[in-house]
Order: sequence, then structure tokens, then C-alpha cells
Amino acid sequence: MNAFLAANATIIISLVKIALLLFIVLTVNAYLTWFERKVVAHMQSRWGPHRVGPHGLLQPLADGAKFLLKEDPTPAGVDKFTYFLAPLMALALALTSIAIIPFGPDPLPWTIWGQKVYLGIANLNIGILALFAITALSVYGVALAGWSSNSKYPLLGGLRSSAQMVSYELALTMSVVGVLLLAGSFNLRDIINAQAHHPELGILGWNVWPQILGFFCFFVAAVAETNRVPFDLPEAESELVAGFHTEYASFKFAMFFIAEYTSMITVSCLCAIMFFGGWLSPFPASWTFTHYLPSVILIPFGLWVIWDGIRYETIFGRIILPGLGTAITAIGAVLILFPPVNEFIQGPFWLLAKIFVFLFVYVWMRGTLPRFRYDQLMSFGWKLLLPVSIANVVITAFVILIRGVK
Amino acid sequence: MTPQLAIFFVLAALAVLGALSLILQRHPIHSALSLIVVMIALAGLYLLMGAEFVAAVQIIVYGGAIMVLFVFVIMLLNAGVEERTNVSKLAGIAGIPLAVALLGFLAVVIARSNASAEAGLQSGTLASTKEISMMLFREFVYPFELTSFLILVAILGAIVLAQREKS
Repeated sequence: MNAFLAANATIIISLVKIALLLFIVLTVNAYLTWFERKVVAHMQSRWGPHRVGPHGLLQPLADGAKFLLKEDPTPAGVDKFTYFLAPLMALALALTSIAIIPFGPDPLPWTIWGQKVYLGIANLNIGILALFAITALSVYGVALAGWSSNSKYPLLGGLRSSAQMVSYELALTMSVVGVLLLAGSFNLRDIINAQAHHPELGILGWNVWPQILGFFCFFVAAVAETNRVPFDLPEAESELVAGFHTEYASFKFAMFFIAEYTSMITVSCLCAIMFFGGWLSPFPASWTFTHYLPSVILIPFGLWVIWDGIRYETIFGRIILPGLGTAITAIGAVLILFPPVNEFIQGPFWLLAKIFVFLFVYVWMRGTLPRFRYDQLMSFGWKLLLPVSIANVVITAFVILIRGVK
Repeated sequence: MTPQLAIFFVLAALAVLGALSLILQRHPIHSALSLIVVMIALAGLYLLMGAEFVAAVQIIVYGGAIMVLFVFVIMLLNAGVEERTNVSKLAGIAGIPLAVALLGFLAVVIARSNASAEAGLQSGTLASTKEISMMLFREFVYPFELTSFLILVAILGAIVLAQREKS
């Protein structure tokens, strides 16, 4: 038994990592909906979800149960095979793209069956190209859903959406070429390491400064690729009911929903990795005292949750919230007490913090910006974003040529 | 049987089945979907040969851009189910013997070649991104630029055709 495990260690570790990452991503997805509803609500002077569980924390569970238990009618005249294939494709492709993201620089502090275990599933030489390949295929989920539903609103939504995704894919691909030129590699780990050439500069060494145009183009195009506000025309409810997923109910709708939120997470990961230094700390490397920052954030936050929980109006909340707060405080304390753990956690901490910031920006935009008109969307994509991203490639190439290849 | 060989047979079977389904399906969208399966299976075969860049480009360009355009046009035209026609006489008399001859020729060539099935599966450095770009931009730079010029002409032609009604 042990020999079998050791012989197939790579496969087994990969499978465990896949299962773990799938669980984490789906949980984060669920709580991202809670976070989004809470933040948008507070921007609009409302409370947001607060009935189910303390501070509405069990709302995602209730929503999940609702998605599973609702009736799932198949509309008449749909193209059955394509109708079932579309949500499956959307979800599978969105979840696959997460597998390429590296979540930390170092392997785990201990080896499993003599194998070093890195955070992240696949370390591909063509990392970013593989992600673009997945993005290119994810248009089908939307287009086929719109077409197969045999209904005019989904068809129009699907057409709009595929036109939008195809148009912005060009700008998306062109905008990262500058970063690839600077790094000289498609590999995401190499791209991050290329930003670590000057550890004393900290935040100033990141790609976002030389590639500010590229970042602008990338972020706008990526928001359009994920069909989020202000580019959520495919599901403009006043015109198209719900766009391409109008005819989908119950769990098939949930699959589109999860796919959308997963691609939000992927885009946030990519922004952090390609332009904001990935797991690099924004502080100069000599400032070792900043390594206590995770604890400095976690412990007061945990104490605040305990204090908030003791005064909570429901008994349930008075049990759950202090427990949660104690767990958060305990994690912060462990990080202070065990320096090797603290060192290991630095990379993932910064990467997750950056991802969180970008997810917040997504929600912030949703609470702030109005929707584009369709012709504005097209002229913006083709007449501004594409030329600017091509100019960025040319400028970057010239500068690298003049300064010499590193 | 090595895992690589098993993966090769799975991908090859997928490509052949996709191609058959492309011809036999009666709905244009289903045919387009079958073609996508063929493209992705081919990308998998490239990946198996160590040509990572070519595999990614195969999916991005053929699986993504071109086939999305196909699907898009079929959706836009709202094309219905095709009628099945009888095999034309030309195809019956000339096509089938020719196809059999081609198949036989390919089979003989493959059977005579000395390379075993395993030989093609080794990951080669030949197809790395750097090698491909060196070939494209050093050795074949004029054909490459001419091809892009050809594509530019095609784009201009499409714009001229689309704008003809205005004048």
C-alpha cells in the first residue's frame, strides 16, 4: 500500500490538490456573492442580507440549497444536447483556468513521499497562453446557451455576448504582450520572478509602472470578457430579461453563475500576478518587520469579531461569531509564535490580499458605474483599447531594444 | 502500453469520431461543434509531441477565433436542419475509389516507415516558442509577411463588400 502511494505520489498529490482547490474556489465563490451583496448594499445605504445567520453569513448556503431544490423545467423546442452542454462547458472551462494559477513561491515546508508540494496545480511553460486558450473556448458556453434555448431574448443576449467577448479578446491578448516581453516567458512563475529583480524597490519594481497602459487595457478588457458591470450588456435586464441564461433555471443557472464568479477570481489572480508582483511584498525586502503584517491584521480583526459577536442580537450569532473570531485570532497568534509558518505564509498572504483588492474593485464598479451602450462598447473596444494596447507593445519593444535584453 | 500511447489513441479516436460526426450531423451547429472537438483533439496531439506553443495557438486560433465565427454566423442566419441528399453520382463513381486509394497509399507509407509509434511521442525542443519565432522571423520572414499582407487584403475586401450599399 505504502509502495503504491509512493510510486504514484505525483498523481495522488495532484488529485488531492485539485479536490482541495475546487472546494476552496467554490466556497470563495459562494462568499463572494455574500460580499458583493453586502458591499453594494452598504454603498446604497441598505443592510444587504442579514436574516440568514449572523450578518447574513449563511445566506450563500441558503442560496445553494435553493438552487439545488428548485424545479428545473426544460423549455419546449430546445436543442437538448447543446442546451445541457452549454452550462457544463462554461463551468468546466472557468474552473480549469484556476488550475494554472500559482499561489505561492515556496513548496510546503515538509515533503510528502519525498515530493516537494507547490501551491498551485499545473506549472505550465505556456501558462498565460493556456489561459487565453481557455478564455477563447469559454465564448461557446455563452453563445451555445443563447442559441439552444429556442427563445429570442437568449439568442440576442448570446449574440451580443459572443460579439463582445470576441472583440475584447484581441485587446486582452495584446495588452499582456508588454509583460511577456519584460519577463521573456509565458510561465506565470517566471513573470512574477521577473518583477523581483530589485528587491529593495518593493512596490516600485512591479510591472504596473512600466506597463501602466497595458494594465489599463488588460483590466478593462478582462472586465468585458467576464461580462461584468459596466460591460454586462449580455444580461441587460431592461432589454433582454436575463440575456443568454434566461431559459435556464435551478442548478443549470447556478452553473453559469459560478462560472462568472470563478472567472472574476481568475482575472483578479492574473491582474495581481502580471502587473502587481504576484506574491511579492510591496515593501523593500530589508523591512523584515512587515512580515508580522498578517498577524497585525488578523488578531485585531478576530478580536473585533468576538466583541461584535458577544453583543449580537440572536443567540445563534452569539455562539457562531465569537467562535469565528477566536479561530481568526488563533491563526494570527500561530503566525507570530511559529516563524517558519509565518515565512511560508508571506507569499500566499500578499497574493491573496491583492486578489481581494481586485475582487473589491469589481464589486465597487458594480455599485458605481452605469452600463455601456452597445455601439459605445464596440467603438471603445476597437477604436481605443486595441490601438492603445498595440502602441503599448511597440513602445515596450523599442525600450527593451534600446536598453538591451536583460 | 505507456500512458502517452494510451492518451494518443484516445485523442486520435476523438479526432476521427469528431470528423465523422461533422459529416453525419444534420444540424450546422452540431457539425460546427464536432469540428471544435477535432481541433481540440489535434491540439492535444501537438501537446503530446511537446509542441506546447503550437497546441495553445491551435486552440486559440482554430478552436477559439475561427470556430466562434462559424458558430456566430450560423446563429445569426438561424440556419435550420439540413436535408439529407442522396450521394451524387460523381462521388459514387470517382470519390469512393479515390478515397480508398488514398487510404491505402497512406497505410502503405506508414507501414513501411521505420519509426515506431513511440518515436513520435517524445517531447522535442524543436517546437519550442523560441525556435518557432526564430524560424518565422529569420528564415521565413518574407513568406510570413506576405501571408499577413494577404490577410490584410482579405479584410479590406470584406470592408469594401460590407460598405457597398452606402455609396
